[in-house]
Amino acid sequence: MTALSEREATSPPTAAPEPAPSLERRAYGDQVFRLVLMLAAAAIPVLLAFLVLELWGGARLAIGKFGLDFVTTSVWDPVAEEFGAFPLVFGTLVSSLIALLIAVPLSLGVAIYLTEFAPKAVRQPVAFLISLLAAIPSVVYGLWGIFVLIPALRKSVFPLLRDTFGFLPLFQGAIYGPSMLAAGIILSIMVMPYVMSVSREVLMAVPNTQREASLALGATRWEAVITTVVPYARSGIIGAVILGLGRALGETMAVTMLIGNRHEVAASLFAPGYTMAAAIANEFSEAVGDMHLSALAYVAFLLFVVTVLVNAGARLLIWRVARGSGAGSKAL
Amino acid sequence: MNRRFLRRAYSNLMVALMVGAVAAALLPLVFILATLVLKGAGSLSLAFFTQTPAPAGETGGGVVHAIVGTLLIVGTASLIGLPIGIAAGIYCAEYPGSRLTWVTRFVADVLNGTPSIVVGVFAWAWIVATQKHFSGLAGSAALAMLMIPMVLRTTEEMIKLVPNSLREAALALGYPRWRTSLTIVVRTTLPGIVTGSLLAVARVAGETAPLLFTALGSQYLSYNLNQPMAALPLTVFTYATGPYEEWHQYAWASALVLILVVFVLSLGARLAIRRRFDFNG
Repeated sequence: MTALSEREATSPPTAAPEPAPSLERRAYGDQVFRLVLMLAAAAIPVLLAFLVLELWGGARLAIGKFGLDFVTTSVWDPVAEEFGAFPLVFGTLVSSLIALLIAVPLSLGVAIYLTEFAPKAVRQPVAFLISLLAAIPSVVYGLWGIFVLIPALRKSVFPLLRDTFGFLPLFQGAIYGPSMLAAGIILSIMVMPYVMSVSREVLMAVPNTQREASLALGATRWEAVITTVVPYARSGIIGAVILGLGRALGETMAVTMLIGNRHEVAASLFAPGYTMAAAIANEFSEAVGDMHLSALAYVAFLLFVVTVLVNAGARLLIWRVARGSGAGSKAL
Repeated sequence: MNRRFLRRAYSNLMVALMVGAVAAALLPLVFILATLVLKGAGSLSLAFFTQTPAPAGETGGGVVHAIVGTLLIVGTASLIGLPIGIAAGIYCAEYPGSRLTWVTRFVADVLNGTPSIVVGVFAWAWIVATQKHFSGLAGSAALAMLMIPMVLRTTEEMIKLVPNSLREAALALGYPRWRTSLTIVVRTTLPGIVTGSLLAVARVAGETAPLLFTALGSQYLSYNLNQPMAALPLTVFTYATGPYEEWHQYAWASALVLILVVFVLSLGARLAIRRRFDFNG
């Protein structure tokens, strides 16, 4: 290879005596190169197909026995081999919902501030610091949650909530510590950097002319943002939120460590619950019966299908704004 | 006049609220890092990095088994995942018209959004269930599977930044396509590709869920990837949820080491990307 490269680099084009064999060799090299890359690229769809097949194969037993009733029944009895995942589905949805309720206003506030208002010198550092939150491993969030967050919540926040909003069934009952609300709060911290960075990108894709037009018509800076910039980026922002939802649905370790892991559906957010991912994490390596394993694989299969749908929807929405802005700036 | 004043006041109020949101968002970061250092730094000692854990109830010992385990598992995962991810990324960027590119890119996005625990179940069904025993290698396979789509996308994005004129110049000089790709395009984007790879390594180094029922964890120092193996994230999890106070100490110290590794990797990656080539001039 080095000999070839030296010859090509040094000999002037006119001095090449026989061009034909070298051209042939080149075409051959190109084909080999493309084939190797193609194998790597093709390995990825093959892996996904494999993943779907293995999950389906693992879940077949449970799918055959319980069918779709699996998601609506609540019995989870490994001894009697009766399984219903409703508490898991419920816990997954509720904890993710709490996370979004907290994280979305915060991350949108940060994203809008950073793109529209913040001094230039502040933007990059703050965005960087918040992205560090995404780099903290899930298990570290769990550790912090067990020893710092839960004691703090149990001592001050939960009693306060019970005293002020105790008339709602959401904030009644005994306070244990590990609970749906604790899991939702830790999830909100974990989801925030994702929602923030994607909505920031979407907001930055809004053409400046939109802002200028709004300001020229006499809007205050906030009015320009809320009447012009945000509506322009709306579907992208919704996409960012849904992307955050996808993250929250599949998050495992921190939730497992904070949610209390009980197969129950409770109205109170102070009560322990369970999520799909947490159940797999806790029970998979200890499951002995084939039906138990298969039920957990079924849960994993459902989780996979749901996150794929959620993520596909999110990407579609983000893509719409990003592409729209590209077309808009070209038209100018 | 009065109305205009109200509108401006409202605008300023909203900005103040957003500054509050920034403060609220940064608070957990400061809080988490501070607790980690306060609770973890005290337990860091030479023994912590060189010894295996003391029996439950005794003080002393360390987590060398988990550090070695993480290095071996993540190292093997990188050996499998990085070449495939980078090669597939080059393919997607260099042959953008082909149908395989479209499919691969779409599948990579799907895999990027897949919860890591699901990938763990896959690796269990594929490797552990057929071999009938847990192994570090199965953990590496799961982590590699998480790395591939991340590396693919960053590699592709980086290569797309290379202007076509560079490619055309190389081809006009008589370079074959494969040499143009490797010595011109990939060579120019190398810092970007290294950054993407480092970020992917940092991400999977902290992953716990896919290791739970593949590498499983162990109490002993082991270099055999075909056996159950300890890893730092697993150690944090077992020790944090265990009943003993000494275990909690281990958990904090291990978490501190883990986060230092992750931060050094991702900060290094970000510094490398800061000197990103700017072709617009």
